Amino acid sequence: MTGSRHSGNLTEQQEKNEEYKRKRELRNLTIIVICAVVLAAVVFVCANIGYIKFSIPDIFRIFTGGGTNRENLVVFEFRMPRIIVSILAGAALALSGCILQGVVRNDLADPGLLGINAGAGLLVILYVMFFGTQSFLSVFTLPFLALIGAGVATAAVYALAFKRGEGVAPMRLILTGVAIQAGIAALTTVLVVKLDDDQFDFVARWQAGSIWGSSWDYVIALLPWLLILVPYVMSKFRVLDVLNLGDSVAGSLGASVEKERRGLLAAAAGLAASAVAIGGNISFVGLIAPHLGRRLVGPRHLVLLPTCALLGAVLVSVADTIARVIVEPSEIPTGIVVAIVGAPYFLYLLMRNKH
Amino acid sequence: MTDNEEFANGQPPVRNKSRAGLTGMILSVGLLSLFFLMAFSITKGAVKIPLSAVWDAFFNFNGNDIQHLIVIDIRLPRAIASALVGAAFAVAGAIMQGTTRNPLADSGLMGLNAGAGFALAMCYAFLPGLSYMRIIIASFLGAALGAALVNGIASFRLGGSTPTRLVLAGAAVSMFLIALSQGIAIYFEVAQDVMFWTVGGVSGSTWEQVGLIAPVILIALALSVALSRSVSVLSLGEDVAKGLGANTALIGVFCSVIVLILAGTSVAVVGAVGFVGLVVPHFVRYLVGVDYRFIIPCSAVLGALLVVAADLFARNLNPPFETPLGATIALIGVPFFLHLARRQKRAV
Repeated sequence: MTGSRHSGNLTEQQEKNEEYKRKRELRNLTIIVICAVVLAAVVFVCANIGYIKFSIPDIFRIFTGGGTNRENLVVFEFRMPRIIVSILAGAALALSGCILQGVVRNDLADPGLLGINAGAGLLVILYVMFFGTQSFLSVFTLPFLALIGAGVATAAVYALAFKRGEGVAPMRLILTGVAIQAGIAALTTVLVVKLDDDQFDFVARWQAGSIWGSSWDYVIALLPWLLILVPYVMSKFRVLDVLNLGDSVAGSLGASVEKERRGLLAAAAGLAASAVAIGGNISFVGLIAPHLGRRLVGPRHLVLLPTCALLGAVLVSVADTIARVIVEPSEIPTGIVVAIVGAPYFLYLLMRNKH
Repeated sequence: MTDNEEFANGQPPVRNKSRAGLTGMILSVGLLSLFFLMAFSITKGAVKIPLSAVWDAFFNFNGNDIQHLIVIDIRLPRAIASALVGAAFAVAGAIMQGTTRNPLADSGLMGLNAGAGFALAMCYAFLPGLSYMRIIIASFLGAALGAALVNGIASFRLGGSTPTRLVLAGAAVSMFLIALSQGIAIYFEVAQDVMFWTVGGVSGSTWEQVGLIAPVILIALALSVALSRSVSVLSLGEDVAKGLGANTALIGVFCSVIVLILAGTSVAVVGAVGFVGLVVPHFVRYLVGVDYRFIIPCSAVLGALLVVAADLFARNLNPPFETPLGATIALIGVPFFLHLARRQKRAV
């Protein structure tokens, strides 16, 4: 600004800006690459850790196809599907949270705001009440019911927050989401009191977020959601940047605010609901990963979205591995480990960064 | 009254005066209804007690009459505890929303609920058989620990805490403590005990408890009314508040302490029924506008009304069983909140 009087200073300033931009791009790229490398390493290490241990050469041998039947069974049938499910669920929840915080412009927004966790949780409890914890009709009944619960809750939030002519203003969406969440939570409390010990234990674990889907079937069930929704969301990175500026600015910049918002909210709901259906209630990822991402690479969604997805994937897969091995052979729910590992790191970033 | 005179003179009503008049009306009508609702709630319950017996219990107490004992030793402390806790949660929520400028903020954001829950899980896991009073005190200490963590982390950096940092630190610390207590509860198999304590609400309130919390909450309520002007200034945003000459850091500290006292004691006694702190300030803001000198007293009265009514429902929906207090609060609060969400214009 001071340079505007002297043309020499102006160009200097511009050069500085350019250099700063280049540095930033480079830094962002580095961070994304680091995240990706960490994720790859995590897959490798997680396949290695567990009740049955392998040495590093063994793992190489198994991955390249030279394993015995037993080794193949452990790595490819037990561990890999679970690792992949946790990666997909983490990425989906993180993306969902990132979209929501962008769309409603509130730091506290997470997929729970759309009623996803509450709706899914309610149906899980109802299922457990009527069918018990042992008699699963099929491995897909529970995830399917959870998905339906999440879908119905989200639809209710959207319908109640929608107003003709104004669409879904962010503030109305937030308040409606909170109200629906509280209402369903109240129903849940009434039901939870009536559960017996086993049922309660199951529900408590589900609420704390334990990944139960650990076979290739679940991977196949989860993958299409991401394959369809992630490209859609990535293609909307500019819209998300613009929506961040507020409805009126976004509208005058030419965004069709309500239409874009509806699409993005649906995508966020789909991502989170599929992840919650299979991964349980790991809501913390959706809240924290976007903030971590923003602190690492800034607010531009072109870089922010992939960073969030990678961070979410790393966070959940690492947490899931810790959850698997820390109190072997029993398990503590993954969601608990996610919060215990993720929160201190986030608080560290909060204390370090100025903005 | 002044409003009517102004209208009669054909003058346009002065906006702030009409707000003050409305506030006065809400306060007087609210207090009156609170009194009648409490009297009504004392007569209702698993055992029906006629009003005449209630009257006798107050003015003609007979220690051998079971009805008199129920009124004086069970229902009255319970009604008073509900009113106190409701007022405390609502005012704490109003202060939080005003100072953080976030419509999602309530006292849970200060780490209070999570801290109390953590202490509770620790008590059940490691010190089983602790007395009722000790659990309450431990819960309050847990709430204080949560608040200290949140505020400490938010203001760690030079320049002190800003609302955004407070909100984020609060969310993260809460998640952390909740995860710890869930982990402890599941691992030591006390999750169900913890849950039953949390849904218990104000059942089992005694005069001992009321004697402990009443002075604390009443003093804190008075302090928050005294502080309401500063909260209004802070709710305009930190920059504006500084421009108006407010010492934002100092006000922030005061507000945090008051919220801790109000919500910390309440959480310790009834568990996390935080929805009161969310819904009541929103509703009051809808009625009386954005001035916290009006919002805070009205929140106190309406919060007390809400919890007394909710406890009345909790006891009478399915007697002799009690419906969880959190559920009945949501039952009353959620429709209001949905209505507000559709009507709202300005948020905080």
